[in-house]
Amino acid sequence: MDDEYDVVVVGAGPAGSTTARFAAEGGATVLVLEKRQEIGTPVRCGEGLSRGLLDEANIPLDKSWIAAEMDGARIISPAGHAFDVDESKAGVEVGFVIERDLFDRALARLAAKAGADVKVKTSVIALIKEGEKTIGVKVIHNGERKDIKAKIVVGSDGYESQVGRWAGIDTNLKPSDIMSCFQYRLTDIEPDPKYTEFFIGSGAPGGYIWVFPKNEDTANVGIGVAGNMLKNGGEVKQYLDNWIAKNPRFSKGKQLDMVAGGVSICAPIDRTVSDGVMLVGDAARQIDPMTGGGIANSCMAGGVAGKVAAEAVESGDFSADFFQRYEKGWRDILEEKLFRDWMAKEKVVTLTDEIFDKVISALAEVDMTNITVFNILKAVQDKHPELVKEFEEFL
Amino acid sequence: MTIKTDANKCLHCGLCVGSCPNNAIFLNEVELEFNDDCISCGVCVRLCPVGALDMDGGE
Repeated sequence: MDDEYDVVVVGAGPAGSTTARFAAEGGATVLVLEKRQEIGTPVRCGEGLSRGLLDEANIPLDKSWIAAEMDGARIISPAGHAFDVDESKAGVEVGFVIERDLFDRALARLAAKAGADVKVKTSVIALIKEGEKTIGVKVIHNGERKDIKAKIVVGSDGYESQVGRWAGIDTNLKPSDIMSCFQYRLTDIEPDPKYTEFFIGSGAPGGYIWVFPKNEDTANVGIGVAGNMLKNGGEVKQYLDNWIAKNPRFSKGKQLDMVAGGVSICAPIDRTVSDGVMLVGDAARQIDPMTGGGIANSCMAGGVAGKVAAEAVESGDFSADFFQRYEKGWRDILEEKLFRDWMAKEKVVTLTDEIFDKVISALAEVDMTNITVFNILKAVQDKHPELVKEFEEFL
Repeated sequence: MTIKTDANKCLHCGLCVGSCPNNAIFLNEVELEFNDDCISCGVCVRLCPVGALDMDGGE
């Protein structure tokens, strides 16, 4: 590890490794820092990934990290009505259940291959600043303190990002902006090995329960609940335990692991750069607020950030003004969808179990060949015109 | 009043860190630290998925 790099990337998740790869490919000297002792573990993720977004997200397909290929996604209402979203109808919305630890390591390897240096067990404890401008990071590497100078610091330090806060970028989340999540990997259960399943309704207020199959008898069974729906600690785990206990397909399951985590479900934030700093991925709140999915978005934004970092090094300009290229670049790709999905989510969280049942059973009866928001609303409108009034703004 | 952590429940997921309005919580691998900026607002306690946090001395 040297004392100085063009780009220091804080956090070796999909956002960080993709940014590092593109910056290094563009000729910058790059160091990736990971606070954990092993990249990719422990896995804190449902592990779903859209197939159709791989190219756009700069993710080279690699069989090593595919656990299972899906035929579709199934949305299940409180009373048990099911609506299948098949790959052939929805195109890009469903895809793989992955091995996220292997996935993260594959992306880190690509960054290394492009020329980036990578260090694990290295925590960034502060930014080094010159006035408002960030010019490096203070780290603890294997127990030793060290200053590393950087022309650009990339904050890809996830949901709990410190880089953004230290850099004075407002990434604060209200409780309603946070999905509190808990998940078991269960084995000896009966998932549908070809479908990801999403259970909506008051069993998971403001969120949903997911079953993402890893193989015929094992799945990630998890829950997300909106933070503003929670009154007491531990309710999230309790909601999931209650649901599993009542569901004969899963109640006999044995636990292979348990994980928890926070996911941002906010509207796009106003600013993701400052002088010397770019935020990418969860740290930049680029997660889809409807699904809580963030891998593809992080890799898309990482591609833009890496290219802009290399351009900045070439031009010698590391100002927030120059980084508007990144700000505009990622917003061109993601912002409209993030905002639309946030609006839809804000509406969906107000719906009752009764409405979920009506909507899903109406959809289940229609043979929809092309699933779009418009076609879904049309189908619901035919059956329950009174329900669609609330969604007119989306039509 | 301070927040106390039940190490037997905590999964070190960092949810509390990102939920803190005052940036008063730090996660050092498997240990949570609350600094003096903690105003005991209780957001982290409510949102903790596994109930590992508690108001020391009650609410």
